[in-house]
Amino acid sequence: MQKSTGQKAAIPFWRDERILNILGQAAFIIGLVIIGSFIFQNMRAGLAKQGITLSYNFLQGISGFDISETLFTYSRTSSYWQAFQVGLLNTLSVSIVGVIASTIFGVILGVARLSTNFLINRLAAFYLELIRNLSLLVFLIFWYLGVFLKLPRVGDAVIWPGSIYLTNRGVGVPWGLPTDSYPTFRLILIIGLVLAIGVFFALRAYSKRTGQAPLTILWASLTFAVVALLGWFVLPEAPLRFDAPVIEGLNMTGGKVLSPEFMALTSGLVLYTSAFIGEVVRSGILSVSKGQVEASRALGFNGFQTLRLIVFPQALRVIIPPLTSQYLNLIKNSSLAIAVGYPDLFYISNAIQNQSGRTVEMFSLVMITYLIFSLVTSLFMNWYNQRIKLVER
Amino acid sequence: MTQTNSLLPPLTERSGVLRWMRKNLFGSWPDAILTIVGALIIYWAVKGFLTWAFTIAEWEVVSANMRLIMVGQYPVKEVGRLWIALGFLVFLAGNSLAIWARKSYFVTILLLGFPALLAFLPIGDESRGWLFSLTALGLVGWGIGRSKPESLGKIVIFGWVISLPIFVLLTRGFTSEDGIMPIVGTNLWGGLLLTFLLTVVGIIFSFPLGVLLALGRRSELPAIRLASVTYIELVRGVPLITILFVSQLILPLFLPPNMTIDRVLRAMVGITLFSAAYLAENVRGGLQAIPRGQFEAAYALGLNGVQTMVFIILPQALRLIIPILVGQFIAVFKDTALVAIVGLLDLVGIAKTVLAQPDFLGLQREVYVFISLIYWVLSYGMSYLSQQLEVKLGVGKQ
Amino acid sequence: MGKTLWIVSFLLGASLVLAACGGGTAPESTSNGETITVVETVVVEVPAESAVSVPAGFGVTLETVRARGNLICGVNSQVPGFGYVGADGGYSGFDVDYCRALAAAIFGDASKVEFRPVTAAERFTALQSGEIDILSRNTTWSLVRDTELGGNFTATTFYDGQGMMVPTESGITTLQDLAGGTVCVQTGTTTELNLADVMASLGIDYTPAVFEDADSTFAAYAEGRCDAVTTDKSGLISRRTVLTDPSAHVILDVTMSKEPLGPMVRHGDDQWFDIAQWTVFAMIAAEEFGITSANVDSVRSSATNPEVMRLLGLEGEMGLKLGLNNDWGYNIIKLVGNYEEVYNRNLGPDTPTYIPRGYNSLYTEGGLLYAPPVR
Repeated sequence: MQKSTGQKAAIPFWRDERILNILGQAAFIIGLVIIGSFIFQNMRAGLAKQGITLSYNFLQGISGFDISETLFTYSRTSSYWQAFQVGLLNTLSVSIVGVIASTIFGVILGVARLSTNFLINRLAAFYLELIRNLSLLVFLIFWYLGVFLKLPRVGDAVIWPGSIYLTNRGVGVPWGLPTDSYPTFRLILIIGLVLAIGVFFALRAYSKRTGQAPLTILWASLTFAVVALLGWFVLPEAPLRFDAPVIEGLNMTGGKVLSPEFMALTSGLVLYTSAFIGEVVRSGILSVSKGQVEASRALGFNGFQTLRLIVFPQALRVIIPPLTSQYLNLIKNSSLAIAVGYPDLFYISNAIQNQSGRTVEMFSLVMITYLIFSLVTSLFMNWYNQRIKLVER
Repeated sequence: MTQTNSLLPPLTERSGVLRWMRKNLFGSWPDAILTIVGALIIYWAVKGFLTWAFTIAEWEVVSANMRLIMVGQYPVKEVGRLWIALGFLVFLAGNSLAIWARKSYFVTILLLGFPALLAFLPIGDESRGWLFSLTALGLVGWGIGRSKPESLGKIVIFGWVISLPIFVLLTRGFTSEDGIMPIVGTNLWGGLLLTFLLTVVGIIFSFPLGVLLALGRRSELPAIRLASVTYIELVRGVPLITILFVSQLILPLFLPPNMTIDRVLRAMVGITLFSAAYLAENVRGGLQAIPRGQFEAAYALGLNGVQTMVFIILPQALRLIIPILVGQFIAVFKDTALVAIVGLLDLVGIAKTVLAQPDFLGLQREVYVFISLIYWVLSYGMSYLSQQLEVKLGVGKQ
Repeated sequence: MGKTLWIVSFLLGASLVLAACGGGTAPESTSNGETITVVETVVVEVPAESAVSVPAGFGVTLETVRARGNLICGVNSQVPGFGYVGADGGYSGFDVDYCRALAAAIFGDASKVEFRPVTAAERFTALQSGEIDILSRNTTWSLVRDTELGGNFTATTFYDGQGMMVPTESGITTLQDLAGGTVCVQTGTTTELNLADVMASLGIDYTPAVFEDADSTFAAYAEGRCDAVTTDKSGLISRRTVLTDPSAHVILDVTMSKEPLGPMVRHGDDQWFDIAQWTVFAMIAAEEFGITSANVDSVRSSATNPEVMRLLGLEGEMGLKLGLNNDWGYNIIKLVGNYEEVYNRNLGPDTPTYIPRGYNSLYTEGGLLYAPPVR
């Protein structure tokens, strides 16, 4: 039998690497399965002795608790599953606001860090070093207890121009309330969006054909803005009525009141993450060699054109992968909402497991949800990364 | 921009400071506006902070609870053990500095003088004495190291290897209550002590695990590769806090009925497992940077797979990523704060406890500013020292 | 490469085996998330003979506690008067003293307790998993907790009711005045559920601000984040005493729910349940008979009342029936005190956290404390 293996005939099977590999892997898998089932059996047995069985049916049960911030109608008679969804949406909103704001702020920081202005440069450097060496949890707790809760009480609200109310009950900002003409306006907005996208692709095609580099995004945004403004003034009644917050009774009413928990969590995450993004942006810009800038200036590009057409696209390729992991960090770090009392996914899930006693079920659900978040974000950023690579070539 | 400059007198006619300011602060109109805004921000922030720190803040909450913040509920009469353990570390640090960083006088002075510097804070005479002894011990270590740098190297490395077991042994004790070193349960470990131990254990144990996972991810065996990839991606996809909750709340359910694991140990396990996944990715980055030729050369010299990996590839890969590894270690240190959420009394947990004392309610700012300061000094110190040593030792360069 | 990884896989496998064995001298790494790292240098509590984490049956818990040499008691570390950590690092409080009494009953030594601070969220899991032997952490007795959460309440040590505290200057006197307002509440508590229930039944529209621990809840209230704060009345009273200006806050004259607080044990070990329960009854009975830690020795030497003699272990071998020594009752009283002493030490008129006894008086004085006969 051994002879039939040809050249390797001399090798007995216990020294044949291929067979050993397969055996090793089999042993490894068997080991994993044994340990996994051991753990699962322990858990099953342990829970069974206390009369608890694993099941997700409890999610249909009535939650019994109220939640301070919900994006849809929720009451104490809603189910655990609805409470979970409330948390999911809250995490999403913090993540989206956080990602956008920290990108903007991070780019500003990164550019400021490279500024030739000594003061601005040092200020940005100080900020980066300060924030990057703090523990996010401590920072968030401090930010919430030491800053947002120390704002004046409702009665002595600090009012900023534009009816922005700062109190320790939250930050009140004016908010548009839809009027009767809002549905029509929404239609106009959609038309504007379609037009803008049309302009975008038309300019792209033009750019490809002629080699010119028009400001595609700027023109597209302008188109949208013009259509929106036209719609606003053409309609007989303004589609949105601006409602400024007022202090009435115990709390602020009207406008939009952003709770201190939301503000502290979001702004804290933004301040923290943007310091890391600033560093990413800085090293991205530095990675573009000086020769590129000089060559582009020599070709007659002005400073802005150089930045937009030469430096930025190249820097972006370096920036995207670490930026992705910063976005992922922000999303995962939003689970620290539990420290400031903002009802995000993790916080509400913890409340649910606590009221229902369904620890294993709830935590598996939470972890799967975060995994999906991370996966979707990575996929999107990878797709974008691939795209900008292609455009460059 | 260029026009503005041409209107100015020639550079040589202006004094150095003014010229510098012209160039670096008021180069153009937007620049000047930025400078003024920046200066205002600095003025406002510094003034606000100093006014608060020196007139409003009540620092008594910190000084009265210094012991809690440093060691938690660790018994007073056993605290000497911790000082001895710390002394051992400082002694080793002195040795190491003298042997491997002979020229780094600044770092040496900074590191060994740090305890003595702390002694000038209002912390009580006993601690002050200990702190001065630490510096003295460090200097003695430095002197010894300097006199015999060649022969001591291996001993010092051995010292570092056993330092964690020694530290843990001294912290925990090993005799019954009447013995010389009564056992102090982990429920009494707290404050900076607990943060320190969580960090060190997290770093040390996640390192080999991370390297194994990184190797596993590059494996040619599909089962091992798949398992490593799954593990790394699963762990990296969820927040640390979920892992800590699982380790505190669910892990006990996974164990057989006759076995429980200490909760501090469980937190250590959680942090280690979490950090290993990130380390694995860092190590993988280092491995990828090693050119194929290195493998081929090693094979050509007759080394087998394991030898190649252990003696040729890994040392180079790890050397390449030392700055990244230090960054990861700092992240572990900062992340240990999360154990406060699962009820451990680390720096943050003890801060919460201190704030529950009737005498010190509402002093969150003072306590958290102080805690932040500790985190900041230690993580900035770590990154600064590693940068300094990297430059001196030429680490990180090929 | 193939060989390398074969070795690696062998190492992984070896580490699994070692980890499964429960500890080695060297740091054992783990693989792929399903193993447990065991470091020998840190405590791994593997009790000598018997089970701890799952109530495999009668008597197991006591055996484990005895083998370990101390009692592990889950307590609160944040409620003045009930359980908190002083600047000296020691625990004190009403719930804490119960743990000491239980240790006195078991070991004849009230100091053989390890206090384990548990958060509201983790307390039941900690009990289920065997991390703590008993939960004495102002926990409300309720049906779900008695059944689904896998625990049993032993006896009520403190009769409480949920209350609402507001700043005096707000002018709020009833729950209806809170319409449109914000209420601070702690998560994972029955309080959180009661608040939702009561406000819904009264049709009051309000916003909850929910916090993870008692400290944050009251810190937020003190900063004016909320118009009112709700928790058990005892908690409100003790917390009010430590606000900057206690007189500026008033507790509304409403009781939103019944809150019987008491120690909780795991399902499945009836002997342990009995011990925990009769420790409470012994303290109440001692107050009934006027036995205090000061006079217990003289009472014991001159006792004639058969029930007192049974309680103090002079007659009837009551302790043995519980699996303890016969002097269990004597030890509780001698080392910790009767109910009144414990109450006054932590919540009495001389403490900053004074709460009038109210329902928590003996039934003979119009209260609800009633111990079954020791017989």
